[in-house]
Amino acid sequence: MKPAEIDARLLYAVLASGLLLIFALALNVGAVDVDLGRALADAWAQKTSIESLILLDIRLPRALLAALVGATLGLAGAALQGLLRNPLAEPGIIGVSNGAALGAVIVFYYGLAGMAWFALPLAGLAGALLAVLCIFLLVGQSRSVITLILAGVAINAIGGALIALALNFAASPYAMQEIVFWLLGSVANRSFREVQIALPFMLLGGVMILYCGRFLNALTLGEETAKSLGFDVPRLRLLLVLGVTASVGAAVSVSGNIGFIGLVVPHLVRPFVAYEPRRLLAASALVGAILLLLADVAVQTLPATTEMKLGVITSLVGAPFFLLLILKSRNTLV
Amino acid sequence: MSLLEAKAIDYRIDGIGILDAVDFRIEPGELVGLIGPNGAGKSTLLRLLSGIARPDRGDIYLDGEPLADISPPQRARLLGYLVQGARAYWPFSVDKVVGLGRLPYQKWWQQESDEDRQKIEQALRITETLAYRNRVVTTLSGGEQTLVMLARIFATENRLILADEPVAALDPYHQLHVMELLRQHASGERAAAVVLHDLGLAARFCDRLYLLSHGRLECSGSVGEVLTADNIARVYGVDSRIDCNEKGVSVTPLGRVSDHHP
Repeated sequence: MKPAEIDARLLYAVLASGLLLIFALALNVGAVDVDLGRALADAWAQKTSIESLILLDIRLPRALLAALVGATLGLAGAALQGLLRNPLAEPGIIGVSNGAALGAVIVFYYGLAGMAWFALPLAGLAGALLAVLCIFLLVGQSRSVITLILAGVAINAIGGALIALALNFAASPYAMQEIVFWLLGSVANRSFREVQIALPFMLLGGVMILYCGRFLNALTLGEETAKSLGFDVPRLRLLLVLGVTASVGAAVSVSGNIGFIGLVVPHLVRPFVAYEPRRLLAASALVGAILLLLADVAVQTLPATTEMKLGVITSLVGAPFFLLLILKSRNTLV
Repeated sequence: MSLLEAKAIDYRIDGIGILDAVDFRIEPGELVGLIGPNGAGKSTLLRLLSGIARPDRGDIYLDGEPLADISPPQRARLLGYLVQGARAYWPFSVDKVVGLGRLPYQKWWQQESDEDRQKIEQALRITETLAYRNRVVTTLSGGEQTLVMLARIFATENRLILADEPVAALDPYHQLHVMELLRQHASGERAAAVVLHDLGLAARFCDRLYLLSHGRLECSGSVGEVLTADNIARVYGVDSRIDCNEKGVSVTPLGRVSDHHP
């Protein structure tokens, strides 16, 4: 009867080594074959060669971003499912993803993206923050989680509508194509600048979320009991949502919308941590990184004339997989 | 000194008075029962006493200190609150649910310590739930789940336990088991207050009773002082027969009072 539980240290060790392995695999994959040994040797000797350029300026930032974005989405999904005690929650549900996407789309729309490299990620973060600010203004002093979810749905819908409006009035087919491709989600052609701007917010948000781990465990018995166990529920809920906003806002603004990682990963991991929301956090981050790296390897190795966008493959694989998970686990879900 | 004392508590929700000038106190070693009809304000009073909600007016002191001045983690170590119809939202094992009672002792980066595990074991033993410690709590019967929730409280080792209708919807065996556990807890420096609808259980287990009606304290005192046919007719609107013998007190509702307006 006891859910399969794996010793925490063993679980983290397995996941971390898996992540390293797949990270190395991702560095090996690309448009051209590169001798990684030579690339590393050249890089070490500070000698500029094609190989070292491809490794350091193209593949390393791409793999790093895939891992970071995947980890962020997995962590944020686990956090929100714990907070809302709803296994269908994902980062999009509180309007963060669409808010960030809208911020980015506005930058594209006015042609600001080319003016400064930081315009896009900053606008994405600002959009995410604005969305969450709206939600907290809407929710006000309400104690109910339902209000939070409904406000999220409303803000998401407004964000989606404004994105559609921008597409409708896009200056040129080229601008429209740029926006649509960006929205599909990808980590291709990124540099260390994107890593640099996203990483601090991802780390900050990640620590805020991990700080709330005990609180998420306490919420297993409901908000009243969590309060009686000494947790300041409104304050910690705000902290958690801000953590998700900072990390997911940063992720979306450098990679676009990548769906289903935040939704599916916690479901995959939950049985292995005995359904404990706190232990789910770090494990979901690791699994999210692994899965998004795998997906990015897949889009690069699939034979196609144009590379498939990362967000497309995660949705294509994620959605049916999620359906399967629900069918399999509908008897154990509360 | 009283373990918990509340003076002239007022509480309103959206301008509607829920509690009006209610006094309450509980001494070390006491098991106190809160009784009254539905909507009398028993659960609200318990929430205020537990510190998870604040009264609009009036003062509450826990062990001589204003409750509002005690930090939430410290409060959680002194006082445990069992919510009505407690349930788990994730399919936790019984062990893990009881382990949540140790959260007030852990910092945010800490895991369960050996001491925590020992207290969990002890709480499981007290509540006789050791046998299903590895089972998923949501698959247990209502009575077993209540015992597990009580074990979660015991794992914290609070001095004061506040339980909101812990025996509602339980069979007689589990009702007696839960009441015996609360009775056992309320000794020495420790105490418990419990909301009850079963007047027979209230009479049998409690040292003192508080009878609430329409947000006011109707009367309080020993079982004999509170459970009179007069009081029950006035507050509950039922005529009743009260039998006292060496096995305890039984209250039998006979019929509704004709001119009672709840």
